[in-house]
Amino acid sequence: MKRVAVLREAQPAAKYDFEAILRARGIALPPIAIETLQVNITRLCNQACRHCHVDASPARTEMMAPETMEKCLAILARHPQIATLDITGGAPELHPRFDAFVARATALGKRVIVRHNLTVQFDGNPRTGEPKEYLPGFFARHRVEVVSSLPYYQEYFTDAQRGAGVFARSIEALRRLNAVGYGAPESGLVLNLVYNPVGPYLPAPQASLEADYKRELAKHGIVFNQLYTITNMPINRFRHHLDKSGQYEAYMEKLLAAFNPAAAEGVMCRTLLSVGWDGRIYDCDFNQMAGLGAVGAGGRPLSIHDFDFGEALARRIRFDGHCLGCTAGAGSSCGGATA
Amino acid sequence: MSDYYDSEDLKKFGSIGRHARPLADGFFKYYHEATAADGALTRREKALIALAVSHAQKCPYCIDAWTTACLEAGANPEQMMEAVHVAAAMQAGITLAHAVQMHNHLERLVL
Repeated sequence: MKRVAVLREAQPAAKYDFEAILRARGIALPPIAIETLQVNITRLCNQACRHCHVDASPARTEMMAPETMEKCLAILARHPQIATLDITGGAPELHPRFDAFVARATALGKRVIVRHNLTVQFDGNPRTGEPKEYLPGFFARHRVEVVSSLPYYQEYFTDAQRGAGVFARSIEALRRLNAVGYGAPESGLVLNLVYNPVGPYLPAPQASLEADYKRELAKHGIVFNQLYTITNMPINRFRHHLDKSGQYEAYMEKLLAAFNPAAAEGVMCRTLLSVGWDGRIYDCDFNQMAGLGAVGAGGRPLSIHDFDFGEALARRIRFDGHCLGCTAGAGSSCGGATA
Repeated sequence: MSDYYDSEDLKKFGSIGRHARPLADGFFKYYHEATAADGALTRREKALIALAVSHAQKCPYCIDAWTTACLEAGANPEQMMEAVHVAAAMQAGITLAHAVQMHNHLERLVL
């Protein structure tokens, strides 16, 4: 019986062999630069969204150690080519050294992006009760680029994905960001929003959806710069939902059918490195959550603790079935559509 | 009854070409061109029309497919429900408009 079960499981995995799909189309995707260090400093979050690829929640405890943060800062200081620090989580603001990390990176002259879930402004730290209402002013002082998830411009989809009341609190949090200048073109304070589908389907075209968001959010008095459309990755919590609802195969077939070579060329792992809370390096945040560590020369696991720029740039990016999420349709990345 | 309207059958639509491939190829090309690309109507408007027709024609395959297509074209649930109401109102209007026929015949029958 066991053998039969294994064979049944192996078939879909082979069908969604991303490397084989690339080979069949004559596409090679080596790294082309390391422009961004995306650092996941904690899996603790005030929310527990149904689609979250990190499985983040108030119950998570993983935190990046101070010495690992120092290593990240040292690498940023040493390598001017790495112009961007992209801080993510969980809710990264819940890390006790978040503020100092941001301040140190901006002092290095880096573009600093924070993946800010909006509601953390009001929820604060679910473990310590520490308030976080100061964040808009803090972000503005350090001229942080804020990227915030708002799965839809209406309450129904947003609350379905992120929890009851999240839409209303997100709107209030956006107003607070707008109040300090975020999203106003002349301020230079960048506020980008993230849309992702509330189920197993592909995002609508980014430009038309951005126009809808701008029109509808203006009714709430909200302004923002750009909308990023991001496809749901079939890993962790979203994968569990797909399995439980019997939609995994159909979703993977949809991603496979929508494979777009132009989107593949623009995948973010070619210009980014992802760092886990323990200092391990990955090709992207999705590989990080899938436990697919980046490897260097001779299969050596890459780590922030003995970082070598040349070795990291020469690595072979590791791909898996979930990568089909980044190459479907108009493509998907932490910066939105890629094609 | 279980042999009718199985959602798994949606995957078999490509096999419509069995026994008459050139006709099916012509149909799929036309179908794709008419429904899947921006033209004088946007892809979103076309998806909403298709969703309305799916309801009017009571096709469960089409309702599933065009519900997803509407979301992937950026339509929101209010727009989708309004499209269904247009279909429902048209169905009701078409039914009522036939009352004219009834009136005509009634007048012919009555002395």
